[in-house]
Order: sequence, then C-alpha cells, then structure tokens
Amino acid sequence: MTDKSENQTDHAAIDESITLRQEVSGFGAIIRTQPFWVLLALLALAGVMTFVSDAFMTERNIFNITRNMAFFGIMALGMSAVICTAGIDLSVGSLVGLSGIVTGLLMQAGYGIGVGFLGCMLAAVAVGFVNGVLVAYLRMPPFVVTLGMLSIVVSLARVVSNNQMIWNFGPDQDLYEWIGGGAILGIPNVVWILGVLTAVFWWVWRYTTWGRWVVAIGGNAHAAKLAGIPVERMLVSVYVVCSLTAGLSAFLFVGYTGSVTNAMGFTWELTVIAATVIGGANLMGGVVFALGAPIGAALIELIRNSLILAGIPALWQQFFVGLFLILAVLLEQIRNRGGK
Amino acid sequence: MSLLELKSITKSFGAIHALQGVDLSIAPGEAVGLMGDNGAGKSTLMKIIAGNFPPTSGTIGINGKHVAFTKPIDAREAGIEIVYQDLALCDNLTAAANVFLGRELRKKVGPFSMLDYPAMYQRAGELFSELKSETRPRDLVRQMSGGQRQAVAIARTRLSDPKLVLMDEPTAAISVRQVKEVLALIHRLKDTGHAVILVSHRMPDVFEVCDRVAVLRRGSKVADKRIDDTTPEEVTGLIIGAIEAA
Repeated sequence: MTDKSENQTDHAAIDESITLRQEVSGFGAIIRTQPFWVLLALLALAGVMTFVSDAFMTERNIFNITRNMAFFGIMALGMSAVICTAGIDLSVGSLVGLSGIVTGLLMQAGYGIGVGFLGCMLAAVAVGFVNGVLVAYLRMPPFVVTLGMLSIVVSLARVVSNNQMIWNFGPDQDLYEWIGGGAILGIPNVVWILGVLTAVFWWVWRYTTWGRWVVAIGGNAHAAKLAGIPVERMLVSVYVVCSLTAGLSAFLFVGYTGSVTNAMGFTWELTVIAATVIGGANLMGGVVFALGAPIGAALIELIRNSLILAGIPALWQQFFVGLFLILAVLLEQIRNRGGK
Repeated sequence: MSLLELKSITKSFGAIHALQGVDLSIAPGEAVGLMGDNGAGKSTLMKIIAGNFPPTSGTIGINGKHVAFTKPIDAREAGIEIVYQDLALCDNLTAAANVFLGRELRKKVGPFSMLDYPAMYQRAGELFSELKSETRPRDLVRQMSGGQRQAVAIARTRLSDPKLVLMDEPTAAISVRQVKEVLALIHRLKDTGHAVILVSHRMPDVFEVCDRVAVLRRGSKVADKRIDDTTPEEVTGLIIGAIEAA
C-alpha cells in the first residue's frame, strides 16, 4: 500500500516537472527562440560599434542601415513561409530583377504607378504560381524547380528589357521615388512597410488557419494531408506569397534607386535565405518566426555596415555573413541538443 | 441494420491480389477485432475503409447506403475516423493543435477570423480528461510519450462524434498502464453506440474489448466468429493457417 502511494507521488512529481518544462509562456518562451539570441548578438554588435566608430550611432547611419535591411527583411518574411514547408525558393533574387523591369517598362510607357505596381505583382504571382505548381502537384524538389526558375527569370528579364537600363518612370516618377526612398516621421517608408508586414505575418502565423496549416505541412505533410488540409493548394499559395514579397521589395527598391537594370536583385536570394535562417527558420521545415526575418536581415546589414565603419574592406562582407549563418545554425543545434 | 457493410471487396495491385472477396459487417456499438499475419491484407482493407484508395471491385455501404470514397476526407465525412498506426501527428505542434488539425475553431474579431486558442485548449483538455490521459493541450507532441501521442490521436477522432472508429495497432508500443487506458476508451466508445474496428496483433486486447473477431489470411476472410465462441488458440491457428477456416 505504501509502495503504491509512493509510486503515485513519483508520477505526480514527474508530471509536475514535465509541466514546468513544457508549459513555458511569456518571457520563458521568448528566450528559447533563435530570433531572441540573434537579437542579443545584434545588440552586442551594435554596442561594440558605438565605441569603434563615432559615425555608427548617428541618425544618418541608423537610417541607412534600417532602410537597406528592409528590402531583404520583406523578402525574408516570404522566404520564411517557404522554408517552413521544408522548401526553398532560389528564384526570388532574379524575380526582383524581372518584376522591377516590368514595373519600369510599364511606367516608362506612361502608365501610372498603380499599373506599375500591379504589373510588378502579376509578374511575381506568375513566377510563384509556376514554382508552386511544379513543387506541389508534380512533386519536384523545390531546390531544382526554383534553380531552374532562377535561370529562366534572369533570361526573361534580359529579353523583356532588351538589356537596357530604365530611369524614366513617366508621370508618377516623383511619387514613386518618394515611396521607395522617402521617409515618414524620420523613418524610411520601406521600414514602415517592413514593420507593418512583420506584424501582419506575426498575426498570420499565430492566428490564422493558413499559418497553422503551413506550419503543420512543414512538421508532417502526410499527417496534414490525412487531416484534410489541401496540402497542394497550400504549397502553391506559399510560393506565391514568397514571390509577392520579392515583387514588393523590387517595386520599392526601384523607387529608391530611381533606376532599374535586369541585373538588379542578382544573388539576393543568398542574402535572403541567410537572413531567414539566421532569423531562426529551420531548413527541415516546421519552424517559423515572423520577427526572425527582420532580425536576420538586420544582422546581415549591420555586419556590412560595421565592416565599412571599422575600415575593413567590404570584400570581407560575405565572409562574415557566411560565418554568422553557420554560427546561427550551430547555435540552434546546440540548443536543441540541450532541450532534449 | 449494420452500420458498415463491406461486400466482396477485392483489391489488386497489378498481379498481386491483396484482398479477394472480403465481406464484413459491423453493427452500431460493436467492436470487431481484425486479425491476420503480416501481409494478410489487414492494412489494405483498412485503407479501403479509410478512403485512401478505392477497392478494385466490391461495394461499401454505410447505414444501408452505398458509398464510394476517393480520399480520406470522404470517409471522415461519412462518419469514419481513423487512428493511424504512425498516428499521423505533427511533432512541431501542440497536442491541442493536432487534435484540431484541419478543423480549427475560429472566432470573429471584427472583420477578421482568428484561431480560438482558449476554446481549443479547453475542448482538447476535456477530451484528454475523458480519456483519463495526463496529456496537456499546450504540450508539444515532440516531447510526448508514446501513450500521450496515442491519446492525442484518439482524442482527435472524438471531435466529430464518429459512427465508426478504425484503430490500427493502438496498443502497440505503449506501456501496460496506457494499454488499459486505451482499452477502457474502446469500451466507452462502444457504450455510446460507436462501432470500432481494432486492427491488432495483441490477442489479449482483442479478446478483452471486441465482440467479434475476423481473421484474414492471404487476402481472404477465413473466420468471423463471436469472441464467446472462440479461443485465442483457435484464432492463432486461423492466423497462421494451422486451421484452414472456421
């Protein structure tokens, strides 16, 4: 009899400790996430930089850093969705070129900014849709599909633009350049857009069935299918969303630079994927953080900026981005091992 | 009238005849044990009932009405819920999220529809306590024991109050205490008028909860007997072929 009651208290104790370990909420849950640790690294780097360079903490420099990161941050939000399904989209960089060219050509022809934006987004949707259909319905590996698409889209951009630079954006040129390069309340417009989109994605991941289903597909696509989730349609929508963020980023970037060539966005996919992974996305799928995208993008831009301010040749930039990427994944592995 | 009526179900994969003219009927509140050696056709029969693929020939009737399933959702809508052997859970989601996967509860906030976490946690908690399982709705499935995972998979079938619950090896790979819990659940399902098909290798479990046992061997049904009229020895003989048919 005593034996039995002892056993029961043991069970109770085990249950209790399991509860304590698993039902973490609020701050406890936050410090377990990768974006939190990357944010700490970000702040530490920023802290060091304030001592290294007087130019770092100037309003102008912070303005530049946040603006530059926003273009990648917006795309990383979409990339997070694709990576959450255990996929990858290598075509986003060249899509930036194509959709930028489409916008430029339309506005150069005298159409307004509305038509330019619409054309930009339609180009993005078309590319995302083809990617999605090939991955979801023909079950082709996302890496191969989007690698092929990268090449196709680069070529299309060259053909459509006839390899010309476009810098005349018709009647809405001033408005367009303000949208891409202007600021409201001292904060660049693109940063506002990144902020709003991050909030939207945060909501989507947490409170919508679409977000829940994407995470479920990343966790176990077979189980999701059996649960009645339209996995194929969901995958197509994920690739379309990723392409849309690339299209939006392209639209804003063309407005910011005031010109567009078909080489725009070339190899951006590498930076975007690096930002997404540094921000906590797991290439095996099933993990997504809305806040990870801007944080990852911010870290990469901060590294670039710091190297310049510290007088280290910019040629070293990719080296450090790569280093942080590997460190971020290593950190994730170590934390996972500790948790189990 | 029987709840589920299978008539001369045949399934061929090319030259392989997985099922050859299997009949099976189940009444409401009845539990049938489906037994057979590996490759006898249990999984194929289950997948046909679950709507994973259609039979090559033969008919499926539910409450006297002829049905044709082309995908698992069709079966679910006809009132058949399945607990898969691999449980089909998403490890990266919570227990509650898995229970409601594909059937999430939502509430309206202005023009937006959002996932109703409190309602889902509460309902999942009720389902787990009905199962007398210590599974917590907020726990990640990744961190759960085999029994807890089983409870999640079974709780999921209870959401829609199904007519028939199909269980594939629910008592394999869980502890003795949890086996008792699962068997108790099967009893409760029967008491509330649900029919249960239990695919299992564990003879004692089948004899404890089932009213009938059907034995498949090489794609044919070789026996369909009331539990009271048979013995574990006879069923074993039927499974391995020492007894031709009964």
